Amino acid sequence: MADVLAIAGVDCFYGEVQVLHGLGLTLKQGEVHCLLGRNGAGKTTTLKAIMGLVPARAGSIRLGGTELTVLPAHEVPKAGVAYVPQGRRLFAEMTVAENIEIGLMTRRKGQATRERVLELFPVLRERFRQRSGTLSGGEQQMLAMARALCLEPEVLLLDEPTEGLMPSMIARIRETVASLRSTGVSTILVEQRVDAVLSLADRVTFIENGRSRETVEVERLRGDPSLIKRYVGVG
Amino acid sequence: MAFGPHLLLATLEGLVTSAVLALMALGLSLVFGVMRVVNVAHGEFFMLGAVLAWWIASLVSGHPAIGFLAALAISPLIVGAVAFAADRLVLRRLNYEPEATIVATIGLLYIIQQLALTFYGPQARPVDAPFTYRILFPWFGYSGYKLSIIATSALLLIFTWFVLTRTRIGLVMRATQYDRETAQAFGIPVGRVYAGVFALGAMLAAIAAVLIVPITQAHYLMGLNPLLLSFIVVIIGGLGSLRGTVVAALLIGVSDGVISAFFSPTLAKIIATLAVAMVLVFRPQGLFGSAAK
Repeated sequence: MADVLAIAGVDCFYGEVQVLHGLGLTLKQGEVHCLLGRNGAGKTTTLKAIMGLVPARAGSIRLGGTELTVLPAHEVPKAGVAYVPQGRRLFAEMTVAENIEIGLMTRRKGQATRERVLELFPVLRERFRQRSGTLSGGEQQMLAMARALCLEPEVLLLDEPTEGLMPSMIARIRETVASLRSTGVSTILVEQRVDAVLSLADRVTFIENGRSRETVEVERLRGDPSLIKRYVGVG
Repeated sequence: MAFGPHLLLATLEGLVTSAVLALMALGLSLVFGVMRVVNVAHGEFFMLGAVLAWWIASLVSGHPAIGFLAALAISPLIVGAVAFAADRLVLRRLNYEPEATIVATIGLLYIIQQLALTFYGPQARPVDAPFTYRILFPWFGYSGYKLSIIATSALLLIFTWFVLTRTRIGLVMRATQYDRETAQAFGIPVGRVYAGVFALGAMLAAIAAVLIVPITQAHYLMGLNPLLLSFIVVIIGGLGSLRGTVVAALLIGVSDGVISAFFSPTLAKIIATLAVAMVLVFRPQGLFGSAAK
């Protein structure tokens, strides 16, 4: 299948500290691609680099024919990349409706998109006028995903979407990611829970010390978890 | 004059102060709320608004109302453009770092002030009020223009509230205020929002100045006192809270009017400053501000 997103040789810095060293990976059309690695390996930074929130000093990030590294950060989502940040980062003082509205404004989507997104997460409709900071953790995560899906993105970046949620909610989030795959959305998923990765991902890239070490099909990991042990230290 | 009418007069004077103060403090509060910039030059935008109002009104002949309305329309636009340029040329290059922007806006304060002294001079000059109608109470007559300041300010505050809470521009401003990085991830051009908010804050100060200049005259040092009062209002009301700003402006303005009339202006300032100290000790987020998350 065709690559929707191709990352090659990306260097990123926080101040003078280099956190990504020539990182590269490709995202295929309609796949769920997992980033696995220890804390501080550079998974979140990779997502932020794609969004332009941490500037790439070298390398290229191409979405179809568009080079994202030269765009200002606020143009990246308009090109079709949606981001669900770690810790959800909702606009907590705003209502559910306003958070959705900000998502819709990004790529000028309208009523039809909103209806589609709310069908995925019906509970948000009941909470529509509520302040988003008062939602439960799971509802907040749904809202964060809904807000991102309002872009009707080609590429979805999910940073630990199941962190701190109860099991039933984790299952809901997983189902959603799987059903998005069936609609053709390509997803990069940062996830710590190995069981979630094994059940959900198509391919896995291991990240260590800011470098992408290996990309493997998930079947290989199901049969042979030694790689997980080596790069993540569990399993 | 008997106590009752005297109190009414003092309250009216206080309300006029409140009206102007609320507009100006709102500008300061917006800039701090959205950009986290403590704009020490805010008082100079106020002064610049007044000086420009005099200049524009002096260019226009005919009925005073024409000159005044021209000033009310044009002066805030020029001040907004100056603030926009200051944001692009100075604040953005400092990456909006809190300490650096304080020093930079102090510099801006002196630049604007000295430019005003150079080109406008040390005189205090009035702008004619657009109308001179006096409302006659049984005990005293009162300037209709002063009452119109209160009404205009109230309208502008309602308008600002409407823009902030009911329009997409307001939504974008609030999103930038709450989480700059996430706002960018949703296509919000944070840099442009900052420049716009800085200009808007300065324009609110300039409008306040144009409204007050028929009463107080334009002078190149007139910015200091309103700046201090604005800080007092913003601290008491709570940063970023429009309601808090209005309530605190009413509190400070009216108490200033009443205490100045019955005791002394100095006592009014002492009490206002004491109120700031008490608020900072017992409720640092301000009366209506929300606590830091």
